[in-house]
Amino acid sequence: MTAPKTIYDKIWDAHVAHEAEDGTCLLYIDRHLVHEVTSPQAFEGLRMAGRTVRAPEKTIAVPDHNVPTTAGRENPEAMTEDSRIQVAALDSNAKEFGIHYYPVTDIRQGIVHIVGPEQGWTLPGMTVVCGDSHTATHGAFGALAHGIGTSEVEHVLATQTLVQKKSKNMKVEITGKLKPGVTAKDITLAVIGETGTGGGTGYVIEYCGEAIRDLSMEGRMTVCNMAIEGGARAGLIAPDETTFEYVKGRPHAPKGAEWEAALAYWKTLFTDEGAHFDKVVTLKGEEIEPVVTWGTSPEDVLPISGVVPAPEDFTGGKIEAARRSIEYMGLKPGQKLSEIEIDTVFIGSCTNGRIEDLRAAAEILKGKKIKDGLRAMVVPGSGLVRAQAEEEGLADIFKEAGFEWRLAGCSMCLAMNPDQLGEEERCASTSNRNFEGRQGFKGRTHLVSPAMAAAAAITGHLTDVREMM
Amino acid sequence: MEKFKTVTGVAAPMPLVNIDTDMIIPKRFLKSIKRTGFGVSLFDEMRYNRDGTEIEDFVLNKPAYRNAEILIAGDNFGCGSSREHAPWAIADFGIKSIVSTSFADIFYNNCFKNGILPIILPQEQVDVLMKDAEKGENARQTVDLEAQTITTSDGEVFSFEVDPFRKHCLLEGLDDIGLSLEKVDSIEAFETKANAERPWV
Ligand code: SF4
Repeated sequence: MTAPKTIYDKIWDAHVAHEAEDGTCLLYIDRHLVHEVTSPQAFEGLRMAGRTVRAPEKTIAVPDHNVPTTAGRENPEAMTEDSRIQVAALDSNAKEFGIHYYPVTDIRQGIVHIVGPEQGWTLPGMTVVCGDSHTATHGAFGALAHGIGTSEVEHVLATQTLVQKKSKNMKVEITGKLKPGVTAKDITLAVIGETGTGGGTGYVIEYCGEAIRDLSMEGRMTVCNMAIEGGARAGLIAPDETTFEYVKGRPHAPKGAEWEAALAYWKTLFTDEGAHFDKVVTLKGEEIEPVVTWGTSPEDVLPISGVVPAPEDFTGGKIEAARRSIEYMGLKPGQKLSEIEIDTVFIGSCTNGRIEDLRAAAEILKGKKIKDGLRAMVVPGSGLVRAQAEEEGLADIFKEAGFEWRLAGCSMCLAMNPDQLGEEERCASTSNRNFEGRQGFKGRTHLVSPAMAAAAAITGHLTDVREMM
Repeated sequence: MEKFKTVTGVAAPMPLVNIDTDMIIPKRFLKSIKRTGFGVSLFDEMRYNRDGTEIEDFVLNKPAYRNAEILIAGDNFGCGSSREHAPWAIADFGIKSIVSTSFADIFYNNCFKNGILPIILPQEQVDVLMKDAEKGENARQTVDLEAQTITTSDGEVFSFEVDPFRKHCLLEGLDDIGLSLEKVDSIEAFETKANAERPWV
């Protein structure tokens, strides 16, 4: 009998191509996703060393971080000079090295972490990497997926492997049922609030428990997406019927006899009874409330019913960090979170730019108008999400409410394209990072779920969505 | 990659916790397709006013720390994105080693690929180094990778752990890709086996 294994152990063991005496491994990579910002230097490095892409058929590229999300963007004039150079570099690198590519003119273009699953590139049991920290998203399929730096991008391009040492196992269990108005985003933020941004450092997290099982694939992707905000290398969820149902029939998913063989294998991907976890965190699903962030770290999370904390509520280095956050955010200790007024609402990103997210927001917005003077935009995660939302009538709900209805991309999640906050502008955002300057120089970000973002758009201040249901 | 030699230099104190990659290098500098030239933009929003003038209070703008080669930082340094522009900017500025109680995982990996040595020490020892660094210009600390020690200006010595393979690569300035390609037989054998077992991948 072999020792009981976690799902992470199983996927790891199935991908070790070489192990040195000290435990350093070459981990084989099944899917390599590439975007325009972190790859130019890697392709350049390949060329300079006279190397080539080892497995172009396993390499998928899509421009997303820089691209404008307004009409007419296929015209290069729509981009700033430096963005144009990066997108052009991706275009030509994709051609030169013969990798799969979805240019902005392709309806399948979108945020790399939305395109991968949508096209069936991401499958259970795989190793998936991308030069982007939110690669953790793909863990929702029971894949081992994590972000890498540009040197590692070059390494994977050249060798289809990564030099890795194994992480430790951490279990995050969400028991019971969620209450109405509470979503996957609230789960993942609540977990970070509990563990802190460093709580997962050195670990791969397995999310489990009834509340996780009950989530759709979209919701599971939202949860795994933010594993990185908790410091973990990756987050994953064992595949089940919900997963198989989602994958089946996708363009690059296996078909026929191969599907049956794959399915049989995928069903072995679960954590064995009695497997060892180095750390365990448990939250009760029914105790999770809709949450918002008040500060400039994703761990600065509180239920919407709470108030802005005081620096003295913390200990150690966090006192100074909290003081700086509160000042940066222009808040006062004791102020009610639900009274914080906003200027902008952003619905989108690889955390919450999928169809289910747009449905959740549209549900709240139906027949309503956004607050006068507010800027609100929806940026669907991919061209296909956008098309589906138009078909379902969601686009009309957003437009009638006063939202801008954009083309797919990262957009105001990191504001590398023209979608940015002005100084001291305050945004309720469905993205994943509230760092200083993330959404624009001196911009202020409150992370929320899509439903909470919609509620805030209507009232003009952070709002408990449950009051609108 | 250049070989990592023993560093004796000024250490700059940055006690703030959770210094993230957006603080290290804001995204508007990510548009370059080169690896160099990011040093002037290191910590941009903490370091410069909007009009480009320097913020006097910021540690690396103080005369004592302008040539710092070591950074003593608060917990969880380098959290956030995978952008390698962060270590590129740090290296380009001239910083060779960073000390903290903890680092974000991807950032930690990225450092080694760029000739930077991240050192993890317990809180009490980081506190001592931080205090020492606060003394300014004359308080030069020494990082000796071979011996795995860091020495304060008062001669107090702390030992640190580092992965032996990474240490070897830093000391020798070795390129990871070249090393991995030496194992191409193992990679090919793996591919053959995986193709048979999981043909759908
Ligand atoms: S949507 Fe935001 S977090 Fe996701 S890949 Fe794009 S920039 Fe990164």
